[in-house]
Amino acid sequence: MARDLTLYGSRRRKNILVMTMCWLASAIGIGVLLIILATLVVRSAGAFSSLLFTQDVPPPGSPGGGLRNAIVGSLILTTLGTFIGTPIGILAGTYMAEYGRYSRLTTVVRFINDILLSAPSIVMGLFVYTIMVRPMQHFSGIAGAAALAVIVIPIVVRTTENMLLLVPDQLREAAAAIGMPRSMVIRYVAYRAARAGMVTGVLLAIARISGETAPLLFTALNNQFFSTDLNAPMASLPAVIFQFALSPYADWQNLAWAGALLITGAVLTLSILARWLSSSKVDAA
Amino acid sequence: MNMMEREGAPNGVERISIRNLDFYYGKNQALKKINLPIYDRTVTAFIGPSGCGKSTLLRVLNRMYDLYPKQHAEGEVLFNGENILSPNVDLNLLRSRIGMVFQKPTPFPMTIYENIAFGIRLYEDLPKPEIDERVETALQKAALWPEVKDNLQESGLSLSGGQQQRLCIARTVALRPDVILLDEPASALDPISSAKIEELIDELRAEFTIAIVTHNMQQAARVSQQVAFMYLGELVEFGETERLFTSPSDKRTQDYVTGRFG
Repeated sequence: MARDLTLYGSRRRKNILVMTMCWLASAIGIGVLLIILATLVVRSAGAFSSLLFTQDVPPPGSPGGGLRNAIVGSLILTTLGTFIGTPIGILAGTYMAEYGRYSRLTTVVRFINDILLSAPSIVMGLFVYTIMVRPMQHFSGIAGAAALAVIVIPIVVRTTENMLLLVPDQLREAAAAIGMPRSMVIRYVAYRAARAGMVTGVLLAIARISGETAPLLFTALNNQFFSTDLNAPMASLPAVIFQFALSPYADWQNLAWAGALLITGAVLTLSILARWLSSSKVDAA
Repeated sequence: MNMMEREGAPNGVERISIRNLDFYYGKNQALKKINLPIYDRTVTAFIGPSGCGKSTLLRVLNRMYDLYPKQHAEGEVLFNGENILSPNVDLNLLRSRIGMVFQKPTPFPMTIYENIAFGIRLYEDLPKPEIDERVETALQKAALWPEVKDNLQESGLSLSGGQQQRLCIARTVALRPDVILLDEPASALDPISSAKIEELIDELRAEFTIAIVTHNMQQAARVSQQVAFMYLGELVEFGETERLFTSPSDKRTQDYVTGRFG
């Protein structure tokens, strides 16, 4: 049985064309990522040794040294920023999705949160500089953590609200139908059902702040020495990379490459973890 | 006890009395002056075409509509002599006395055991062996025990649709409520699971007062002793199932049960 293939044929040709473009676009995306990773690995090879984790940043011109103080500083700042920002974000997101779903306040908060989400991080740094660094009259680790927390909050608010809204109302009704009070419905049913997504949001927030430089320049500044004092300036990987990459010393530049590789590796791991978590099914108990 | 003895209202006790009930979604009136008794240890079926208000009526009986804004009820719903529409009623306590099973199975994201034990622990402080016993009894009553007794620690979500629905029934039964509300409990299930649920309903009425919403008239005829036919937010006719299906007194009821509309 003969069939006129003009229409079908042209649709096939369009399909092949669009598929090729999609394929190219993905290849470019993955290619860029691979080039970045390869460059980082090659360039940092000179500085990558166990000394990286055991020695502090060297003074200008002297060979050797590592990134210990910057790594520890980054871990402290990121951890603290996450621990300050996450509870606030989860509580706000919970209010918006559960208690205040129909209230005007939620609409307003969601709007402001969306603005915060896309605000340049340097603004967050300046904000914390004004409210913390200026009154304290010195840069400090705690101010750095606060600036990072301000970046964490809108991300966690958004993911928490969205993930809770994905939990079907039927499930909430079912929990209410056995006489479960609202607070328990949220804790034991809604949170459990939304857990994977909420954790993913927090992981993405950590990934985001672990590479932030701008907000730290105005708050934690940097520190050439090893310090865990939250009341004093604190080193961090992004700040060290910023300083060393712009320096004329080859050793410093190599260390900057190594720092960049460390951050990229950490962010990549977190992102993969987040992706894996959000795709794995909700587990019980 | 045989079927004949249980026909109609066995002891004539009204477990729930609905009096002059109006219900509104915003300004839209969904129920108009409903008056209806729900008899103790009897299955009362609400039937009628889509949008007639049968699910709305069911959701008034445990104040489920209270979860949403702009929905309100006027009139009286007496449960054990108390008007449950009164603002002073404690909704959590009320819902522990009047349980509900939904159209789609809704197991909690917990183990099979926890799905049932959680509700028991909400209102009773019992030692572990007693809770174990209550969980088993509830699963037995829901005819699910033989299938899950070896994997109580697995996720409730790992069960099939029909099993999940029986788990939800077990969860409701475990609280020992007075009344169980069933909102099209079998409509999302295959015929075999559906038949199991119907058998279950017939066994449960020995202990519980049951109100069921169903689209399926054969199901209503099989499981209920009393039927309420609703149309456009009004209660058109109420009576014993056999009478209502064989000699309805209202023209609209007759048209509906003979399949002329709906």
